[in-house]
Amino acid sequence: MNPYYFASIALILIGFYAVLVKRNVLKMLVGLSIMETGVNLLLISVGYVSGKSAPILSEGITPDKAVDPIPQALVLTAIVIGVATTAMALSVVINLYEKYKTLNVEEIRRLRG
Amino acid sequence: MKRILAIVFILIIGFWMAKALDQVPFGEDRMLVGKYYLEHVKEETGAVNAVTAVVVNYRGFDTLGEVTVLFIASTGVAALLWRKKRERTAKTEGSVVLTTGARLLLPFIMLFGAYIFIHGHLTPGGGFPGGATIATAFLFLYLAFTVYEIDHKIFEPLEGLAGVGYVTVGLIGLAIGGYFLFDWIWQTWGIGRENIGRLFSAGFIPIIYTLIGIKVGTELTGIVDNMVKEPEEGGQ
Repeated sequence: MNPYYFASIALILIGFYAVLVKRNVLKMLVGLSIMETGVNLLLISVGYVSGKSAPILSEGITPDKAVDPIPQALVLTAIVIGVATTAMALSVVINLYEKYKTLNVEEIRRLRG
Repeated sequence: MKRILAIVFILIIGFWMAKALDQVPFGEDRMLVGKYYLEHVKEETGAVNAVTAVVVNYRGFDTLGEVTVLFIASTGVAALLWRKKRERTAKTEGSVVLTTGARLLLPFIMLFGAYIFIHGHLTPGGGFPGGATIATAFLFLYLAFTVYEIDHKIFEPLEGLAGVGYVTVGLIGLAIGGYFLFDWIWQTWGIGRENIGRLFSAGFIPIIYTLIGIKVGTELTGIVDNMVKEPEEGGQ
């Protein structure tokens, strides 16, 4: 198994574990961010071509010496969307804490009911 | 018990993911459209950086959507954290080393951020990293000073104007070339055709990336501004 694929699967699974098991909302968000990193690493490593350099065609790098630019453009988009969703989720968490004075999901569920 | 169950469940998922990824060979040339982009990027867009050309020129709609997502996120954060009276939570002033260091480093960080988004078509980076760097400079000010606050009369209109500018560049392309986000500076006017790889080339990519850099910088600063404030005691 390739180390890059292995690392990205491991990151996705660690994030998923945090989302499933942790009770603190902030820790679940950390898990989501780790998952996101894993997905981005996976996308980038799928586009790698061994022995080739970055797709910036200056200083003697011809088109046949560059890696695939499309996954990199995709990940650029994905990172920004990840940051945006994380910011939204964090402000929801701030509101949640102001209202319930706790970040434990089970307690929040109990308090609401 | 719950943890063991979760670990078993996750290991099963991981096994199937690994099995699927074994079919994808690592490091082999599988480019189809990517090859076209790499071979034609110089004469079709004038950019040296192929990733920038894909992001802004070939797949410009993705970037427009991305900017929209970020705008909605910043508006959403502002809406969720909206209170009538809000104040900075910081109570203790930073040390002299911190405040002086922040004051001295600020222009360098701003300059470097501007460098990143202006040279998006030549070097790695572009509008989003450059904008994030500029937001870092403002975050630095927020962390070092207890009283610092951005000028909201300048920041929010600048953010909107940058977004409107991006759409306007696309609409001019619609009027000249027939479709939205058509690169009119490069395809129709041919400005900068003889100096590919220098600053004044690559059609509208530097213009759009400057607008995106300003927009992302102001948006992330606005998110930081909303998050470091809390409602005053008693007043809601």
